[in-house]
Amino acid sequence: MKEAAAAADVPMVRYLDEDGELVGGEQPMPNDMALAGYTVMLKGRRFDERCVSLQRQGRMVTLAPGIGQEAATVGAAMALDQKTDWFVPQYRELAGQLWHGYPLRLAFLWHVGHPVAFKVPEGLNMLPFQAAIAGQLPQAAGLAWGLKLKGDPGVVLAIFGDGGTSQGDFHEALNLAGVMRAPIIFLCQNNGWAISTTVEQQTASATLAQKANAYGFPGVQVDGNDLFAMYAATRDAVERARAGEGPTLIEAMTYRLGLHTTADDPTRYEPREMHELWVNRDPLLRMQRYLKSTKVLDDAGLEKIEQDVREELRVAWDEAVKEPAPDPDFYFGQVHAQHSDRLHRQLSRHRRNGNA
Amino acid sequence: MPDVTVVEAVNQALALEMARDDRVLIVGEDVGKTGGVFRATDGLFEKYPKRVIDTPLSEAVIAGSSIGLAIAGWVPVAEIQFLGFAHNGFNQVVDQLARVRYRSGGRFSAQVTIRAPYGAGVRAPELHSDAFEAHFAHAPGLKVAAPSTPHDVKGMLLASIRDPDPVLFLEPLRGYRQVRGEVPEGDYVVELGKARIARPGTDVTVVAWSAAVQVALQAAEDAQAQGISAEVIDLRSLVPLDVATLAESVTRTGRAVVVQEAPLTAGFGAEVVATIQEEAFFSLQAPIRRVAAPDVPYPVQLLEEAYSPNAERVLEAILSVTRE
Repeated sequence: MKEAAAAADVPMVRYLDEDGELVGGEQPMPNDMALAGYTVMLKGRRFDERCVSLQRQGRMVTLAPGIGQEAATVGAAMALDQKTDWFVPQYRELAGQLWHGYPLRLAFLWHVGHPVAFKVPEGLNMLPFQAAIAGQLPQAAGLAWGLKLKGDPGVVLAIFGDGGTSQGDFHEALNLAGVMRAPIIFLCQNNGWAISTTVEQQTASATLAQKANAYGFPGVQVDGNDLFAMYAATRDAVERARAGEGPTLIEAMTYRLGLHTTADDPTRYEPREMHELWVNRDPLLRMQRYLKSTKVLDDAGLEKIEQDVREELRVAWDEAVKEPAPDPDFYFGQVHAQHSDRLHRQLSRHRRNGNA
Repeated sequence: MPDVTVVEAVNQALALEMARDDRVLIVGEDVGKTGGVFRATDGLFEKYPKRVIDTPLSEAVIAGSSIGLAIAGWVPVAEIQFLGFAHNGFNQVVDQLARVRYRSGGRFSAQVTIRAPYGAGVRAPELHSDAFEAHFAHAPGLKVAAPSTPHDVKGMLLASIRDPDPVLFLEPLRGYRQVRGEVPEGDYVVELGKARIARPGTDVTVVAWSAAVQVALQAAEDAQAQGISAEVIDLRSLVPLDVATLAESVTRTGRAVVVQEAPLTAGFGAEVVATIQEEAFFSLQAPIRRVAAPDVPYPVQLLEEAYSPNAERVLEAILSVTRE
């Protein structure tokens, strides 16, 4: 991990070292929960790999895989109560969204460009994917503030990347959340890269976590490739938020092992040795090492999970491809509760000849 | 009916809706104790201290957090102190607020009203007077209201707050205290998307909205003295646009002048002209004229008067299109 962190007077949370040895105290969750978390991380990994492959075959649109970052998003999501708490994504958090309840079938359809995937399922406390970097943060802060004003017990987990911390929306949202003591956890996935731009090119701050100090609430660095650390740090932040103590900024130190998107070519800018260093820090490997060394799982058990995940993905993809093609009128129905006369006329023309 | 100003009409609508619907929140800069820099929220904080909330000075967060507040079940009425500063939150208004329903597949809607005084003529500093309505009228999903009279301001603000979709509610800054009119005391709604014939006429249709309606009415009065009967349409809503009223009027008069405070190029007047030409081309007896500000930024105070369309320029346009 970055040595700079220690210098900046920001705490660093870590439970598992790179060899999967427990170094940060007691295992913070029971074994069955650890296995469930590992399984969803693996699901996210295999999903992304499958999608990149399908994209290369021309069957999917440009997509942003979260390969290497599964512990950061799943560990954080595991600390939420799905009944009351909200997950607010950017677009590289799919593994965490799967934990929170977003269905795999819709995840596939999202990458196909099917509009049904953008409908957030009823009952799922999640905002839609967000293309505008950090654009979701003022909304997430407003949502958390709104829950607090209502006396609702819910908290909000809002996720973004290191590049997002350069946006005004990031600073303005953190500022509001601090002032309103809103129940929100800002989770920055510091994966080292904003496309090809390094964190050093984004900020002169020693850490991203320390930016919370300016807004009057705690910031903490967490080993983002450590499921236990991500869970424990987020759980503490959720407790603080629910107790009315306001926001927390978590900087998850992770690494983008894949591509920015399928349109990106990291060989143009990513040092080979840097990539290899992080391959060994892969969050899945770390959990496998831990689960094996503690005899929670053996090789056969790992293989069983692998097969189950592959089968679940196969079934979800088979379901996804059965989704009927979208109605060409679909988007007209989503603009307002009621069509204006003008839009109604455009729809009639659209149906006749495809022109508005 | 009592005679009130535009800003008093705003205040009446807000007070009425806060009493009627306890989900309504007022958020913005200085909306609390001081009652807004124009006193539009005067007295509301005293009555509803938990629902009238001063925010940090950030238009992006005022607009953006309103989306989240709406998703949490509130009905935010956010104040942007001057429309010129709404651009600091442009992404949150145009790319986010306008699309909440669309980008969630209908799961969420944003019942949010953003109020913003706008327009020329109160000798304010830079960016306090610009007419930026066209920037927002081009965002599918966002309704844009621009009434001119106290009666319509109150009725349309109530309609906006109750609308399940987001509305940018533009208030005529010049009319805030200058324009008075009769306003019913109780609850009434003026539907969004309906224009109003502010003055009937037969020879030419003059189209305007917000504070420019007063200019158009003055010009119509002056034209009458020269024997020309000008009809003035107060659009009231830019989005949705009342195409039927425009088409009916111009089909009858055969001539049109469109007045906008904003610079000429790509202003909302161009949309009105294009619509008239699509709907009433074969009734037109003269080219449609636009009266607009020049394509330069809004000037400093000593140069203001020559910049914005005035009654003389509108009259000149009326005369030019009615001259055979």
